[in-house]
Amino acid sequence: MLDILSDFTLQNVMIGATLLGIISGVLGTFAVLRKQSLLGDTLSHAALPGICIGFLVAGTRSLPFILTGALLAGAAAALVVVFLTRTTRLKTDASLGIALSVFFALGIVLLTMIQNQGNAAQGGLDSFLFGQAAAILRSDLYVMGAITLTAVALVTGLWKEFKLISFDPSYARTLGLPVLALEVLLTTMIALAVVVGLQMVGVILMAAMIIAPAVAARQWTNKLGVMAALSALFGVVSGLVGSVISASATGLSTGPLIVLAASVIVVTSLVFAPETGLLPTALRVRRDKFSLKSRLVLGTIYRLAAEHGDPAYPAEQAMIDAFHRTDTSAVLSRLEQRGLVRSTAHHPEPTPHWVLTPKGLEQAQTPLDQSGETQ
Amino acid sequence: MDDRLVTAGLHEPGLAVHVEDLTVSYHSKPVLWDIDFDIPPGVMAAIVGPNGAGKSTLIKSILDLVRPTAGHVTIHGLPYRDQRRKVGYVPQRSSVDWDFPTTALDVVTMGLYGQLGWLRRPGRKDKDRARAALARVGMEDYADRQISQLSGGQQQRVFIARALVQEADVYFLDEPMAGVDATTERTIVKILHGLRDAGKTVIVVHHDLQTVRTYFDWLVMLNVRVIAQGPVAETYTAENLRRAYGGQIALLDSAATLTPVD
Repeated sequence: MLDILSDFTLQNVMIGATLLGIISGVLGTFAVLRKQSLLGDTLSHAALPGICIGFLVAGTRSLPFILTGALLAGAAAALVVVFLTRTTRLKTDASLGIALSVFFALGIVLLTMIQNQGNAAQGGLDSFLFGQAAAILRSDLYVMGAITLTAVALVTGLWKEFKLISFDPSYARTLGLPVLALEVLLTTMIALAVVVGLQMVGVILMAAMIIAPAVAARQWTNKLGVMAALSALFGVVSGLVGSVISASATGLSTGPLIVLAASVIVVTSLVFAPETGLLPTALRVRRDKFSLKSRLVLGTIYRLAAEHGDPAYPAEQAMIDAFHRTDTSAVLSRLEQRGLVRSTAHHPEPTPHWVLTPKGLEQAQTPLDQSGETQ
Repeated sequence: MDDRLVTAGLHEPGLAVHVEDLTVSYHSKPVLWDIDFDIPPGVMAAIVGPNGAGKSTLIKSILDLVRPTAGHVTIHGLPYRDQRRKVGYVPQRSSVDWDFPTTALDVVTMGLYGQLGWLRRPGRKDKDRARAALARVGMEDYADRQISQLSGGQQQRVFIARALVQEADVYFLDEPMAGVDATTERTIVKILHGLRDAGKTVIVVHHDLQTVRTYFDWLVMLNVRVIAQGPVAETYTAENLRRAYGGQIALLDSAATLTPVD
């Protein structure tokens, strides 16, 4: 394992994955909260024609040209979306879908065209589809690092502005904030995050890196700041886990593994997160049902006792069962565990009987809304 | 800004809100057409009208959220963009996603973001002001509560507190009494009357004709055009209601006669 970690290529990949995790996690938080998950998808798919045009202009696989092309193509797609929503009756989701498919189709056409030219320099251009993390150079990391640092600095500096335009953009405008400019800035930064992720995970899966960590983080917290930090952490963890697995098992490509790792975090969060998770919610529902049943059974014993004018009246279990038309033994033993009832014998009847304990008597007399059913 | 006050000259400075020739179209269909109205300072005004009359659009176009195709607006004599600080806005509650990860206090603090300026984060003093605004709407115990866990009426009061903390002179509220319980409605009306009594101007898009006479002292009746405007006592007449609401005459006649004259 240590051998692998000291590997120079893997070090590069891991640094790249960390940077990608941070930038996509932080910006994804705002994209998800602004219901613009699809925007990341559109911007990343739209990068493909830009990659090809960048290659055609440079005549070789030159990274600066390719990344600039990707960024410009993303910007063009974003402009198309804005144009469509403003001038036609199309809603944002439809416009995003149209921009995504048109740009991606164009990209595939250009890609196959370049490949059919038989140009030796095009080798591996299709690696931008799913990423090729091992091809990352130290010099690429400086570019990725600078972009990530800029994005984090902007989000920190404009924190309250970004929060407000994400929650209530109209109100933000009445306060005099330049909402449009801030939205353009956020979108540009997402396009930059896509550029950072191109080599790592490729244009097709990049959207998952924007959406998945943020969605997972939202499950664990109700604070925007914590959500952004957690989202970045999830992004980094997926990046590192994906790269290490890919390096230990030969022939598995890094990008898809990173996305799978992020997906595992999402599924885990959806199932286990304490407040919104499926499992805790199911357990709460079960507990509430059980506590409702135990209140009913406790009430029945109490009313029997009251009717016989004897707080220590032993109620026969079959009578309780008959009243509730079901077997109540599970509920009764639960009540016994909590010290609310006690089983007793009532000669000459050999059948089980139950009697309220003082604590049970008290609880039965407490109105439901004051009893604090959470314990 | 001070320079402009001197050089620009004030337009209708005696009025809290002055709207002239305002026209708004969506896809070349007029939603508001040739709107002229004035609201004097220190009144509590209702904007009423049937569905689709353009009530919300009117507020949004005054606040520059919807671009008018014609007309102009002044607030206390100056164009709105020079008077932002003097204007508070309470949008419809349904206009935001209440699942957003934030607390009641944080939402109220947002009302101060315009005054804070760039890069500055809200500090203790700002939080205290927000807390005081929450107390004014009876929500001080909910300061740290997640906004998703608040009831509709509580969310509405948080929105009002966010506008209160701005310390504005003119308040625009879009259906603040929609879908809230009777207790919350009474609280809201009390707060708004308090603002009016302190000399502020309060303008409310209102949907409940039954309460117009008891809550408001100024009325603008709208149906794409202005049907009638003025003090409630003179404007809230069966004839005007019939002109504004058209088809719903029978119902409105009874509403107009049932409501006792103060």
